[in-house]
Amino acid sequence: MARNTRPPRQRRPAGARSTRTSLGDQFTAWRHHHRDSLTDALARMRAAPTSTLMTVLVIAIALALPAGLAVLMDNARALTRGWDGQAHLSVFLQLDTGEERQRALAREWDGFDTVARTEVITREQALDEFKTLSGFGDVLEALPDNPLPPLIVVYPADVAPGQIEALQRRLNGLPEVDNAQLDVAWVRRLHAIIELGDRMISVLTLGLALAVVLVVVNTVRLAIESRREEIVVIKIVGGTDGFVRRPFLYSGFCVGFAGGLLALILVSLALWWLGGPIDELLRLYDSEHSLTGMAASSGLVLPLFSGTLGLLGAWLAVSRHLGDIEPQF
Amino acid sequence: MIKFDRVGKRYPNGKDALRQVSFELPAGQLTFLTGHSGAGKSTLLKLIMMIERPTQGQVFVEGQNLTGVGSRHIPFLRRKIGMVHQNHQLLFDRSVFDNVALPLVIAGFARADIGKRVRAALDKVGLLDKEKLNPIMLSGGEQQRIGIARAVVNKPPLLLADEPTGNLDPALSAEIMDLFHDFARVGVAVLIATHDLSLIARYRHRLLTLREGRLIHDGEEAASQRDQDLALYAGIREDRRGP
Repeated sequence: MARNTRPPRQRRPAGARSTRTSLGDQFTAWRHHHRDSLTDALARMRAAPTSTLMTVLVIAIALALPAGLAVLMDNARALTRGWDGQAHLSVFLQLDTGEERQRALAREWDGFDTVARTEVITREQALDEFKTLSGFGDVLEALPDNPLPPLIVVYPADVAPGQIEALQRRLNGLPEVDNAQLDVAWVRRLHAIIELGDRMISVLTLGLALAVVLVVVNTVRLAIESRREEIVVIKIVGGTDGFVRRPFLYSGFCVGFAGGLLALILVSLALWWLGGPIDELLRLYDSEHSLTGMAASSGLVLPLFSGTLGLLGAWLAVSRHLGDIEPQF
Repeated sequence: MIKFDRVGKRYPNGKDALRQVSFELPAGQLTFLTGHSGAGKSTLLKLIMMIERPTQGQVFVEGQNLTGVGSRHIPFLRRKIGMVHQNHQLLFDRSVFDNVALPLVIAGFARADIGKRVRAALDKVGLLDKEKLNPIMLSGGEQQRIGIARAVVNKPPLLLADEPTGNLDPALSAEIMDLFHDFARVGVAVLIATHDLSLIARYRHRLLTLREGRLIHDGEEAASQRDQDLALYAGIREDRRGP
């Protein structure tokens, strides 16, 4: 119907024109709806405590596992970082090198640019140490001669692999030296293991994050199903997709956030419980290190990460299922 | 207010729900839409609400051609249309007030404004004192009036009603019809889809009759003609009851 052909009318009173709202009102309403959606999401979580708790618990456990492992890995990395500095060369001299000569060599090597310091372990010291540590004291007593060579422990000034190896070659070239042995191989192996552990945690995190998303997808799908009538009514009276979607997105985020928070608590409890024995173990290995928990920053990151996963799950569920619900007569 | 221009709707299963339907509804007019089940009443309402789109012809609402309206704008179109359902479509998890307020909340009215408008609408349907109750505690007639209050609370220029008196006794039906008359009087275009022949016979309003998707009657002609049409329609219903 073209406007100019419409018969003149004087019926609509002023009040009947105000179906429109100002932009400012729209914005206020939009803000209010965000707030209402959040309140609504929380109220619905409270209204069904058992099922909410189950969902939150599943998410928490799924996230606590990789988060806890990551904390342990962080500790392992911090622990071994100090060991790099202790990389050293054990330089075994010819058996017939006298103690005087041994000390002279040590002083000489101390003068090298590439050497930080040296430590002299005489044949007698080596024997004593071996007796106490190995428990083979009696056997060694039975030997006619001390079989252990004199040893000089050389701490390099620069622990970069190339530097150490150059020093090793140089020392091996000296006539008194039987064998200069590099003692960092096992540290490297440990680092490789930690690296592998990191990768495995990444894979685990990825898999379990996917599980969290799927849990939320399923929860939100059920919520959509149970609120079908409400969605239909909202669509009939002109609710946009965003309006319909918002409460579900908030509930997805809230469930995820709560799960992340609980995961944080679980990890903290586990660390507290493991803390005593681990510190004892480290002390036995003469380590200064003690078990560190999650940093305050990662304490907030976990719930936010989890909340984001929840949001993603809710978004997937909503985009997948909301279109199916259309008003019918 | 509404214009159908040779509108056809064929569903994917090949069934023609509407064929070459043309009519216009001016503002301030109350019109009945009738026809047996499957004649196309629901399809016609769905086209106005943009739940379905026509496969032929064009539908206009307030001069706007719906063909060009993208799905993102459908909600805004629906805000111009008040819809009253046979089964009320009320939400029983919230109060009468919140049910009626829903369109205003969606349209983004200010809070204070919402309170005023909801009470005005509830006052109009005579349920001002029930605003705090849950609609489930109210009778069928009262629930229908809440549905009407919700449909008109944002003062839409167009009111659609699908079997609004379907479950009500004649006295309650009359009350509901009085409300519709009031809305038409203030300039709202009212379209009432109904099977209720006694209702149609009682009021002298324009009548659109659909049969197998075609508009077989449109008019406010003399009572005799009207009675013939009703008889014809009754005949259709009798036919359908046959073996």
